[in-house]
Amino acid sequence: MPEIAFRGVRLKRGETHVLRGLDLAVESGETLALVGRSGAGKSTILKLINRLLEPDEGAVVVGGRPATDWDPFDLRRRIGYVLQDVGLFPHLTVRDNIAVVPRLLGWDEARITARIDELLGLVGLPSADFASRRPDQLSGGQRQRVGVARALAADPPILLMDEPFGALDPVTRSELHYEFRRIQAAVRKTIVIVTHDMAEALSLASRIGVLADGVLVALDPPARIAASTDSQVRALLAPLVEASAALKGEGQA
Amino acid sequence: MRVLHFWASHRAELGALLLQHVFLVAVSTLVAVAVGVPLGIFAARRPRAGAPIVWLVNAAQTIPSLAMFGFLLPLPLIGGLGARVAITVLIVYALLPIVRTTIAGIRSIDPALVEAGTALGMTPRQLLRQVQLPLALPSIVAGIRVAAVIGVGTATIAAAVGAGGLGEYIFRGLSMVDPTVILAGAIPSAVLALTLDGGLTLAERAVRGRLSGGVQRFRWRAAAVAIVLMTAATWAVVASTRSGTVVKVGSKNFTEQILLGELLAQTLEARGIRVERRLNLGGTFICDRAIRSGDIDVYVEYTGTAYTAIFKQPVDTDATRVLDAVRRLYADAGLTVLDPLGFENTFAILVRGADAKALGLKTIQDAAAQSSGWQAGFGYEFLQRADGYPGLAKTYGLRFRAPPRAMDLSLIYRALADRQVDIIAGDATSGLIDAYGHVMLEDNLKYFPPYDAVAVARSTTLLAHPNVRDALTGLSGRVTVSDMRLMNRAVDSERRDPADVVRAFLARATP
Repeated sequence: MPEIAFRGVRLKRGETHVLRGLDLAVESGETLALVGRSGAGKSTILKLINRLLEPDEGAVVVGGRPATDWDPFDLRRRIGYVLQDVGLFPHLTVRDNIAVVPRLLGWDEARITARIDELLGLVGLPSADFASRRPDQLSGGQRQRVGVARALAADPPILLMDEPFGALDPVTRSELHYEFRRIQAAVRKTIVIVTHDMAEALSLASRIGVLADGVLVALDPPARIAASTDSQVRALLAPLVEASAALKGEGQA
Repeated sequence: MRVLHFWASHRAELGALLLQHVFLVAVSTLVAVAVGVPLGIFAARRPRAGAPIVWLVNAAQTIPSLAMFGFLLPLPLIGGLGARVAITVLIVYALLPIVRTTIAGIRSIDPALVEAGTALGMTPRQLLRQVQLPLALPSIVAGIRVAAVIGVGTATIAAAVGAGGLGEYIFRGLSMVDPTVILAGAIPSAVLALTLDGGLTLAERAVRGRLSGGVQRFRWRAAAVAIVLMTAATWAVVASTRSGTVVKVGSKNFTEQILLGELLAQTLEARGIRVERRLNLGGTFICDRAIRSGDIDVYVEYTGTAYTAIFKQPVDTDATRVLDAVRRLYADAGLTVLDPLGFENTFAILVRGADAKALGLKTIQDAAAQSSGWQAGFGYEFLQRADGYPGLAKTYGLRFRAPPRAMDLSLIYRALADRQVDIIAGDATSGLIDAYGHVMLEDNLKYFPPYDAVAVARSTTLLAHPNVRDALTGLSGRVTVSDMRLMNRAVDSERRDPADVVRAFLARATP
């Protein structure tokens, strides 16, 4: 049984069709990357999963139950969410940011403290150094790691990530890609990650969905996406082809 | 220096007034926070439904404070003299900055943070308490600071409706034309405003500087201390006004009335009766409303004023007939008129001494013949009253260069001396008449009714406390016109304290 399923989902914003009949199944434990240009409907898909948006037509199923059957607050508390600009609360310390969902769920403080230490270790920020800092005392990469730790805090089965590494410099980004793979190997979540960067998708995902104008034009493992002849997929691959050609050219000189 | 002496000799009173002032500002600001922050939150989250709230709060702010006191005085529950109406007005003024900064604080929060909170599974209430309010707090505290500072200023006007506070000195100083007394009230009020501003700026900075959790706990402790202090101040003021039987003595807002109020108060105190002074009330109509509603128990009125201005009777110039009629009319309202104090304070139509000599002016009729090029200056009441300017102009055929200027009674004698106006209506007993060398014109057509000074008291108070009646009756026939002029002059020209002047008079007059 898929962890998340979309069945004929349509959504309109005003007069524009954001999604035109989406069918999609995300299997438990897989990392699905959704790739497409800005406005292709990628973020909308994430918001339909945790009910920040409701579909006009069709159904979204999460954990075997239609999303509309869930209490929206319960649903969101069992779905980790990492935002594009992280969304750490500036008035709270790293510790209190990570503790938000466990506290909403009523965990006792001892359990929360233990969990925070564990998570900060997992994302490579030693608790002793970082737990009491405020977000403005962290670098961009460190904030992103805290964002991931916060999303994982209550050990949710599903993790949604919206352009999580978009604002980082390339070196930090590739570092975090490595961390991401390590963490995913350790926690085995069902992950849906949204990105406009095909290279990121190829490096992180077990399957890639390509979106264009509200339609899923391809849904395949990375190797097959890389070999695709579809023009819209090729368009997204073009920068990579150019970059690798440039690298090869330099190697021959 | 004179201000320092004044403070030194009025230590206890200054302390009490300062406490009242703090009480007015503290209570009104606290209530405005309790009402304004939720209103602001509501308006920020539901802009359409909240728009009328913002509009209303804005509109209320544009009403001049004195006018607002006037609107609220006759209302039940919040109306009447004293702290209640003053606090109501202060709350209305404090609402705008608090509502506005709450809305601004909440709206200025990065929408990504609100989305993050929602996506993490916060309910709207949790989002408000854990994200929106903490982030809007510095802005809200800034609004509270503005509200409190405005409140200190506005609260000085509360003295006009008998709510006390440092405005007492300012109004007293204005009616005595004594800058020292004005400063005695204005300086502490400015210091209070600056202190509050400084303290709340620190609080704002502490909230803004995102320091560690330890400071957060300190903040709550500071808030707790502040609440305890305000509660203590409230309790102190309430306790001091509630205990035992207290006779509330009122007066209008000019020197003679303040002296007469002191005279009543000290006479009662000499018999061991506790007295609360509500001197310097806005004027005849405010005093009348106050005594009918029980906000004051006794004040000195003038028979002619009561007859024509309060009871709207046609002008009558027979002193005995007027006194009898006024007694009967007051009795119907549950008020008792005691025997006259012994002097009459009629309106005095005054011109400069030099003009009187040069133009040969002796009577109002003389003046009417030459007044077409003059500028007249009259008090607000005189312009309105049936026994005031309209009748006077008709009786004597008075005509001036321009419509009479409405002036404050306390400034009118000096305005005549400074040639800003050429003819004024003053009080026959004013000490300033001699001080400035003005000449009183004879009312040769007998236009003005008799104005015998009489104490008017609530009948129930006199019945319940015979010693109050005895004390007040003892004053009948004791104050002559020359006594009154001397006392007025001691205050207006010699700048002596009204309480001291009355004390000296009583010591001299007591057999």
